[in-house]
Amino acid sequence: MTTTGSSSLMGNPDDAGRFGRFGGRYVPETLVPACAELEDAFRQAWDDPIFRSEFDELLHRYAGRPSGLTECKNLSSQLGFRVFLKREDLNHTGSHKINNVLGQTLLAKRMGKTRIVAETGAGQHGVATATAAAYFGQECVVYMGEVDIARQALNVYRMRLLGAEVRPALSGSRTLKDAVNEAMRDWVATVESTYYCLGSVMGPHPYPWMVREFHRVIGTEALSQCQEILDGDVPDVVVACVGGGSNAAGIFSGFVDTRAELVGVEPAGGAAVGRLVPGVVHGSMSFLMQDEFGQVQEAQSVSAGLDYPGVGPEHAHLAEIGRARYEPVTDTEVLNAFELLSRTEGIIPALEPAHGLAWMVKAKDELAGKTVLLNLSGRGDKDVAQVQAIRDGDPSALETVDFSSEANNTNGAQ
Amino acid sequence: MTAVGTLERHLRQRRDEGRKLLLPYITGGYPTDEWPRLIEGLAAAGADAIEIGIPFSDPVMDGPTIQESSTLALGAGISPVEILARLSEVEVDVPLIAMTYYNICFRMGHERFASALKEAGVSAAILPDLPLEELTPWAEAADQAGIETVLLAAPTAPDERLPRIAERARGFVYGVGLVGITGERDELASSAIEIAQRLKNVTDKPVLIGVGVSSPSQAVEVCSVADGVVVGSAVIRKIIDGSVDEAIDFVGSLRAGLDSI
Ligand SMILES: Cc1ncc(COP(=O)(O)O)c(C=O)c1O
Repeated sequence: MTTTGSSSLMGNPDDAGRFGRFGGRYVPETLVPACAELEDAFRQAWDDPIFRSEFDELLHRYAGRPSGLTECKNLSSQLGFRVFLKREDLNHTGSHKINNVLGQTLLAKRMGKTRIVAETGAGQHGVATATAAAYFGQECVVYMGEVDIARQALNVYRMRLLGAEVRPALSGSRTLKDAVNEAMRDWVATVESTYYCLGSVMGPHPYPWMVREFHRVIGTEALSQCQEILDGDVPDVVVACVGGGSNAAGIFSGFVDTRAELVGVEPAGGAAVGRLVPGVVHGSMSFLMQDEFGQVQEAQSVSAGLDYPGVGPEHAHLAEIGRARYEPVTDTEVLNAFELLSRTEGIIPALEPAHGLAWMVKAKDELAGKTVLLNLSGRGDKDVAQVQAIRDGDPSALETVDFSSEANNTNGAQ
Repeated sequence: MTAVGTLERHLRQRRDEGRKLLLPYITGGYPTDEWPRLIEGLAAAGADAIEIGIPFSDPVMDGPTIQESSTLALGAGISPVEILARLSEVEVDVPLIAMTYYNICFRMGHERFASALKEAGVSAAILPDLPLEELTPWAEAADQAGIETVLLAAPTAPDERLPRIAERARGFVYGVGLVGITGERDELASSAIEIAQRLKNVTDKPVLIGVGVSSPSQAVEVCSVADGVVVGSAVIRKIIDGSVDEAIDFVGSLRAGLDSI
């Protein structure tokens, strides 16, 4: 059961696709009709019980939902508060990304679009999209920054194995933001035949809303799983990592109307919410890392999946109204948390959700005696080689992006 | 009714005299020291107005050529403020139009951006990622300051949308010649003449077609219907592969082509 009542703090955006003052549809004129068509198609599909049951069926039989809820006894006693994990790492393809992708590719099929384009950072969204496209027999092109192609070689091969074409984004910082640029340019040129499967709660209306709805299942499941264990109560704190913010939006949607405190964790080098400067890029208004002139800055993080200078507009809104807070952690804290969860619980997390755990470790005094739910958005197999290289002392493994002081000054130009 | 602005008056007058309109695009700050001279050269070569790009880090409407000029300009350290300062010193007798992405304008603030354009002697602005639905806060500030906001109209627009775009457009209506991003093309897309015709059916404002107009013969072809052309990537390509003077000569050849109609 899914509730999207307008009384919810995470209900529907207004007609212009706004969450408070954030969101909207800042796209080239060529794409305006396509965004409107997508919005109509999503509204109809989401109101159609047949679409809903097809989607639920896919999540269950193909992706393996519902995902479990694990209590971490060892970690809890070490940290001094009760820790639960929502196990999105156990989904097919190894992360939460599959929820959104199955929703969007099913929608693409319903709209009669046979070609799918996507952007990817860590490669998780790309792998999920390539997977769903293989399942539905759709042509699939994934744009990925050249830097990310180098540090996520395994996922690149996975996508190719699944029949997708991986195209390098060669401009700018050659990471996620540039992959989004390339995917949007592709879409501008192919909009009549192509469906753009965006990987997070960002982009022009209706994406931030639609992607959150496809991930709402995380929060809905987690709420009832927690209530079952906690005798009808909810955790005191719900934690998720935030790149664009899709796994966070999914889990927050289940708890936003409860007493639970919501915490999004950003990499210190990509803390768009932390900097509180509004801006417009990739189709929506949100908080955005930028210089004094409005040039978008390059995020910098050990985790390719969080290496994004913006954040979904609904998170900007939740931060502004004070319903959620957003905290930064450093790469070093993340690597320690990555190892901590592996050793204490036998669960190797992706570097992205290791950000959430890193904050919990840091905030352990504040959290003492509480019950904390972390969205474990993905498994760490993809990151093992990189972490090994860092721990073995290969400095280039941590120096993820060439961020010379000159590039830093001119922002985006290389 | 809003009073007709400088750019629109200028373009209408020339069009009504039977002239086809030529609007070359250049990237502000590229090439580093020569771009102000380039503007003067283009005016002398027969441009009716000149579009100056203020480079942005993430130009989603632009193909490889303009991405390259933007990256080079940004890499050399040019800022929007410096571009406008240099523009105010340029001496030409045709209107200047600033083209940039919305975040540059938003970051400076609508009123400040509009008055900065005015002070730099710029008549109009093009913001390709600011469609009709998001336009109002900027457009009101621009109208107030006497800056004309040119709007794009794409081949993908349904019929009911075009009159609304034409109505709100100031200066001229910019018909996007193809479904895609900027860049040189070997042939004129059939959509170029179609969008020109669809726009001419709903407005008597000047209708110029840009994106994918790359040669004198293509410019002539589209001007069988359109009032003029915007040529960007093909001009920048001449500079990247050759020199500023080659770009000026190229614009001269576009002028000669259009005058032969
Ligand atoms: C496991 C995992 N978690 C989180 C993210 C970040 O995305 P979002 O902030 O949209 O959840 C990614 C992105 O690749 C990911 O792979």
